[in-house]
Amino acid sequence: MSETDYLLAIEELTVSFDGFKAVDSLNLYIDRNELRVIIGPNGAGKTTVLDLICGKTKATGGSIKFKNRELLGMAEHKIVHSGVGRKFQTPSIYENLTVFENLELSHPVGHSVFGTLTFRRTPEVISRIESVAESVYLKELLEVEGAFLSHGQKQWLEIGMLLMQDPELLMLDEPVAGMSPAEREQTAELLKKICENRSILIIEHDMEFVSRIAHKVTVLHLGKILAEGTMAEIQANERVQDVYLGH
Amino acid sequence: MKKFYENVLGGRSGSIGIIILSILLFAILPLALDAFRLNLVGKYLTYAFVAVGLVLLWGNSGVLSLGQGIFFGLGGYCMAMFLKLEASSVENTKIQSTPGIPDFMDWNQLTHLPAMWVPFKHFPFALLAVVLVPALVALIVGAAMFKRRVGGVYFAVITQALALILSLGIDGNQGLTGGRNGITDLRTLLGWDIRTQTAQYVLYFTCCALLIGAILVSRLVLSTRMGRLLLAMKDKEDRVRFSGYDVASFKVFVFCLAAAMSGVGGALFVLQVGFISPSLVGIVPSIEMVIFAAMGGKHSLLGAVYGTLLVNTGKSLFSENFPQLWLFAMGGLFIAVVMLFPDGLAGIYESVRTRFFSKGTKEKATDKVPAVNAAASVALAETGGKS
Repeated sequence: MSETDYLLAIEELTVSFDGFKAVDSLNLYIDRNELRVIIGPNGAGKTTVLDLICGKTKATGGSIKFKNRELLGMAEHKIVHSGVGRKFQTPSIYENLTVFENLELSHPVGHSVFGTLTFRRTPEVISRIESVAESVYLKELLEVEGAFLSHGQKQWLEIGMLLMQDPELLMLDEPVAGMSPAEREQTAELLKKICENRSILIIEHDMEFVSRIAHKVTVLHLGKILAEGTMAEIQANERVQDVYLGH
Repeated sequence: MKKFYENVLGGRSGSIGIIILSILLFAILPLALDAFRLNLVGKYLTYAFVAVGLVLLWGNSGVLSLGQGIFFGLGGYCMAMFLKLEASSVENTKIQSTPGIPDFMDWNQLTHLPAMWVPFKHFPFALLAVVLVPALVALIVGAAMFKRRVGGVYFAVITQALALILSLGIDGNQGLTGGRNGITDLRTLLGWDIRTQTAQYVLYFTCCALLIGAILVSRLVLSTRMGRLLLAMKDKEDRVRFSGYDVASFKVFVFCLAAAMSGVGGALFVLQVGFISPSLVGIVPSIEMVIFAAMGGKHSLLGAVYGTLLVNTGKSLFSENFPQLWLFAMGGLFIAVVMLFPDGLAGIYESVRTRFFSKGTKEKATDKVPAVNAAASVALAETGGKS
């Protein structure tokens, strides 16, 4: 494979589950500082693509290069250390820990067994947690246990946990699902703010929300790319209207 | 110093728990019980090391091992091998056809000490082995299973199978291990007779001190970032993994720590009871130890000690009177605890404490939710206003 300037270069990526190709010879390139949204009907393979990038699912073939380093075959935690963060579809936070502790566990220092035993809450750690909490609208709730947060706040907390890692590529699976209109608004603001020095890859169904945030949109259908372009281009695309937007 | 108080002793309520347990173990029981019964308690307390380990492993990390008898046994055998060699001096064994080797080896026509036994002539080696052999076995087993993401029921069944394999292995190699009879007739530790009453008292207090030490070490571990990580792992393993942690290595670490504690328990068992046999290694003792931890409350380090003491006292009293019924009673007890009191004695204690002793904290707990919502709406209003 050639060297590229892209932050993420996916080429000929294929995964088949018992003969069914969930992702089929996919090529996808993400620029630095780009905010890309993937849309597509159910079963198009959107979540599978994120699973493949972060190592949750093993690919059958192809290549995923992140900063020109092959991610396929790398252990999940090493992929994270190389700079990829991933938010799950259902908010995945630690219910029994406080917001502060949730964020603290995502602090990128001291992830080894020995590191966790000797980790200290230095003033730098605390101020970093506070600043992240502020950006995800949870500053007042630092001492609250995760279980008591509303659905939307849990989504924000998980985004905050990813921001703690300061990843160069942030992948979000349906970040505004189940959010109120006001919360969606705030999330759009948040995403615009945090993509200033990183790339973001988002799966989303809410077209109104997509049109507000996306730099570029990729439409996935049956594991292949159906169309790619700006939101206006996508909305004008007849094939896209046939398989997705028309419904 | 303040940090030690907060982290290791667990602040005020944690220290009170430790103090009460210490008074019970160091003062009340030795004064109230005769030497025979106290020795029995000492024996039970050696199981409590395993139960404390299980609280770390099962209660705090969500990994249920049904084979902790393996590590108790390994620690016990390491200590027993040293004691047996000391008891088998040439002088003591001069009637054997090969003097200077343990009696059971002589009965099995061995004419020299097997290589595996040779380093156990040295006390420092034996002491290290008590901790390191169980930890090393746990490291190998744990790494093999956790790195392959074997967990839950599968892990429990495999550990149980390993316990069976080890007990059969010991059983089947009579010349090397003493077989089914185990290693018996242990007499002295570095020339000090461990069978006298004074020695029994000294060993009992040593056992208590080490048990408190094990609890404090566990608390220290749980007070660090590791403790919170273990909780997080139990809740959302994938989230932890995709936050950049190698989940398997943490499970291996806790498994090794629990194994090392169990090994210390096994060694203290041998010192106080004077023998070890494969019946203490296999499936039944391994499951019993899980019951001790469940009874005490699988999240509570102190509860594990009380659970162990209570179940074993019940076992002694019950089986003295109705020997056939004990296993049924134990099974029934386990089912009852799991169904009615999933948090065991510690859970009962907590609910009684909140109901009767601290009305204030109860009110606080229920106040928490509305307070959160209020704070949340404040936060929402503030940020909503800006955008």
